[in-house]
Amino acid sequence: MSATSTEEATGSTTRWPRHTAAGRPVRSRGSRIGYVLVAGHAALTLAFGVLPALYALYLAFTAGDGGFAGLDNFTKVIDDFRFLPAVGHVALYLVIWLLLLVVLVTSLALVVHAVRVRWLSKALRLIFYLPGAVAGASSVLLWLFVLDPTVSPVAPLLRLFGYDSFLHVISPGHLPPIFAIIAFWTGAGGWIVIMYGALNTISVDMIEAARIDGANAVQIAWRIQLPLLRKWISYMGIMSLAAGTQLFVEPQLLSQASNAVVPNDYSLNQLAYLYAFQQNDFNGAAAISLLLLVIALALSAVFVTRGGLFETD
Amino acid sequence: MVDTSPLGRLRPTPRTVAVGALLVLTLATSACNRGDTDSSSGSYGFSQAKQDDKAKITVWVDADRSGAADAFKKANPDVPLEVVTYDGAANGSNSFRTKMQLFDRAGEGWPDVVFSTQNNDAAWASQSANGKQAFAARLDQGLVPKATLDNFTKGALNPCTVGGKVYCLRNDLAQAVLWYNKTLLDQFGYQLPTTWQEYQALGERVAREHPGYIVGTTGDPWTPEVYFWSSKCRANDITGPKAVTVNVETNECRRAAAMLDTLIKNGTTPSISVFTPEFVQKYAGKVLMVPGPAWYAGAIFNNDKSLNVPKGQLGVAAPLAWQGEEAVTGNVGGGTWFISSHSKNLKAAEKFVEFVTTADDYQVNVAPGYPAYGPAGDKWIKKQESSGYYATDLQAVIKAGTQIWSGWGSGIFSQEAIWAKTMTPAVTSGKSLVEMLPQWGTAIKNQAQVDGYTVT
Repeated sequence: MSATSTEEATGSTTRWPRHTAAGRPVRSRGSRIGYVLVAGHAALTLAFGVLPALYALYLAFTAGDGGFAGLDNFTKVIDDFRFLPAVGHVALYLVIWLLLLVVLVTSLALVVHAVRVRWLSKALRLIFYLPGAVAGASSVLLWLFVLDPTVSPVAPLLRLFGYDSFLHVISPGHLPPIFAIIAFWTGAGGWIVIMYGALNTISVDMIEAARIDGANAVQIAWRIQLPLLRKWISYMGIMSLAAGTQLFVEPQLLSQASNAVVPNDYSLNQLAYLYAFQQNDFNGAAAISLLLLVIALALSAVFVTRGGLFETD
Repeated sequence: MVDTSPLGRLRPTPRTVAVGALLVLTLATSACNRGDTDSSSGSYGFSQAKQDDKAKITVWVDADRSGAADAFKKANPDVPLEVVTYDGAANGSNSFRTKMQLFDRAGEGWPDVVFSTQNNDAAWASQSANGKQAFAARLDQGLVPKATLDNFTKGALNPCTVGGKVYCLRNDLAQAVLWYNKTLLDQFGYQLPTTWQEYQALGERVAREHPGYIVGTTGDPWTPEVYFWSSKCRANDITGPKAVTVNVETNECRRAAAMLDTLIKNGTTPSISVFTPEFVQKYAGKVLMVPGPAWYAGAIFNNDKSLNVPKGQLGVAAPLAWQGEEAVTGNVGGGTWFISSHSKNLKAAEKFVEFVTTADDYQVNVAPGYPAYGPAGDKWIKKQESSGYYATDLQAVIKAGTQIWSGWGSGIFSQEAIWAKTMTPAVTSGKSLVEMLPQWGTAIKNQAQVDGYTVT
């Protein structure tokens, strides 16, 4: 993922190189500082990203005693009775959440961008962004209260749907939308702000020209702004997909808060956690994490190719 | 976690943190994996580390047990002691096992004594895994005096016993008894039931004559331990260190399920956890009776944040029997104390564990739950009775302590988690327990197999 952002950063400097008064491009000193800055990131990525991933790769193909295990760990976890349900849970959650994210974030960003009143636009952006400022686990704790009809500020709404108790609210069928809503609430704001920024990069002249040609706001959004946002949307898709397949904190906390009525093996990441720390089977856990990686990569490939993320224009 | 923020990539995900931590740990251990190797085979039935009577012992307790460590310090100021508070492996956190497995991988760092709120720990702590010595020290081969072990209430050490060997000492017993509100019962003119059949009939009467009042609850994960264990349902018959017999489609299981189906339907055993604000809001003052563990007394009845039953109303009766059978009962938790087999000061560790489970200074004067150690248990009951809180004597609690049915074991997997996951949502959505029994059985078998059990 970081490759994308560095590419963009360097891309912008090559497109518009800064020049000295004499007309020569600035080099040596600036790029050396660049290396120093990147070195810190590279070292940390190596220590906490690449090496652990390699260790997981090693674990996934070895047995508990260290001998080569072939695909045994993979067949073991796939045969586990908890594996397929977990895949189903995560898949359903991803579908709901990604759709919510793509549709609502884009339309909300367009709406905010269309608001001409400055203070209102600023206030809206702040309001959208605020929930994201509540750190991960604590925002889930907040939701535990929202979902419990006895203490929830939206209790009348929950009762309207016929949910009289916490256990009704968190019944198994409700969980994917619940997790999607929580994830949307915590994460969408930041993306709205980013999309807003991306919309600002679209040249005013182009919009103006469209308007002169008789395009209304909806047509401008559909024919000009959306196609130009395509890369950003697919970028959001990839980032969210990578995060979404790793669903963990929401079901884990809900599981503890509901005394395990929400199972602690709901998602794939939780299953990996159980393998490692309940069954003392780090190899099985590593196999699950590799499977997750493969799935996330495959799905990301779809976004990359469909979204034209690596196309240079 | 699902880190959906665009800045999320700057923060490490739990997976990278976990794997990274693991890597650091592995690197660290490969660098300094010495020390523990010069162990000698000990007389206690496991291989000991080199002993040092002056070595400081590290003790892990949960917040409620820090009183035990304080009492020990006061009585034994000369024993060097470090107390670490952790979550007691409560609420399915499984932290005891998780941490010990990491220490196993590191080859060092084990605490000398650990308190656990769970009954499932001896099942794994007694077994060596991946070639590492089992964490729990065997206690019944000289480490703890035989006289001490013999004084524990009959059956109290069952959750600590694996393959006939004892691996932990029980802190408190959590036998299920019948709690009831004597004032309400007298006011309604009801007889105290002595069998489950009478109990069900009473529940049906309460639903007709005093709707809104309840005779039990089914919203907590220990529902099977209260109702099915005491019905001799063979859902959890641990027959060996890695063997379990599961048969939930018997008459014993079905009668308990059918009774609950009736009582859930008529509203007298709601499926709401006793530890929710919802329960307190709806049922404070309306609990006619509840079959439940001994610790309900302090946890929900005599607790101003829960039901807060006034002095002089709460009574306790012996466990109910199924008609024509002798009464047996279930058990919901009750803490356990482990000594590490890796301890460098087994003498001090043993002294600590023996003190906190048997000494009056803690078990009688401080401990909130019913002591598992017989002599302390009797004194604790006398002390509770003299408080004047209860409307009856507490002899039923003592008796129930010896009536726990031994056909329900303590495996690695949590029966409570399985019940919560498969049965609680079904009950909530109005399904019948009798019809759900096969699914429950399958879920138990699946989970047991995943944990390496042979299921019959």
